[in-house]
Amino acid sequence: MIFVTVGAQMPFDRLVRGVDEWALRQGRSDAFAQIGPTDWHPRHIAWTKFLDQSEFREKVRSATAIVAHAGMGSIITAREMGKPILVMPRRGDLQETRNDHQVATARIFREFGWVAVALDERELDARLDELSTLTASGALAPQASDRLISALRGFIDGARATTHTPNDPLRKKFSRPKSDGNSYISRARNIR
Amino acid sequence: MEPKKILAIASGGGHWVQLMRLRPAFAGHRASFVTVNPTYRGDVGSSPFYVVSDATRWNKIGLARLALQLAWILLRERPHVVVSTGAAPGFIGILLAKSIGARTVWIDSIANVERLSLSGERVGRFVDLWLTQWPHLARPMGPAFEGSVL
Repeated sequence: MIFVTVGAQMPFDRLVRGVDEWALRQGRSDAFAQIGPTDWHPRHIAWTKFLDQSEFREKVRSATAIVAHAGMGSIITAREMGKPILVMPRRGDLQETRNDHQVATARIFREFGWVAVALDERELDARLDELSTLTASGALAPQASDRLISALRGFIDGARATTHTPNDPLRKKFSRPKSDGNSYISRARNIR
Repeated sequence: MEPKKILAIASGGGHWVQLMRLRPAFAGHRASFVTVNPTYRGDVGSSPFYVVSDATRWNKIGLARLALQLAWILLRERPHVVVSTGAAPGFIGILLAKSIGARTVWIDSIANVERLSLSGERVGRFVDLWLTQWPHLARPMGPAFEGSVL
């Protein structure tokens, strides 16, 4: 079963329609889509608007591959269960989400080898054709990096000083960094 | 070490999935959880579990209701530490946590690869431990990078 999921917050008809039309052309009847709050419904694959948490996890568990928006809930859950995942990022200019952060998410996790990416409907078709060859890169351990866990533990135990002084006027000097295209990707390899 | 009371807050989807991956840091303490989806209850076993409304910053009435719900939870739980991975419920929870003397942690979602979230940017003035999950977004005066949920 191919499990398609777009999260609960907003619809993503462009992705679901792409899979629906692909399924018709390929004669695939083994896809199931969680489509979110939308009036448009797939015609060739099974669907539901929402799933509760246990149903969602069961769908991921029984799927051979996940096709999703580039949301971290979908990506991390697929990786925790060792399932290959193809993502198509929502676009801000099409009001599919508030900005293009999913495009950046998709690109960086493709760089990590965690996801296959379709940036648009044309690429979606091609990636869906290759879906059976997509493999997961092993299951992810169910917890944060040791470094983050111990930083948090230290803070909770009160052993660690705060990282910065609240309300320090100096901080005003450091404005929001501007996006620098993809140059951070090479520096972001080790996030553990 | 005396066990501490921790209130862990996250909205739905990726925020919640990331919060769940922090749970080993709460071992030996008493953690309670706040989210927006009642079906997440099964993820936290017997830990106290609260559901609040899923407001965004564009909805003023929703935000007011959310703030009241969070104030009630904070007064009831009296946590020593409030931890959030975002978004709106965690931001408001951290703001309110000051008034009961709790120490606070914001871990900006790993989805924010190019820049901090708006909540994550604004919460920096109020939060005690301010973290990004991307080294290239860390700055000298915060947020700091201390690893990621992955």
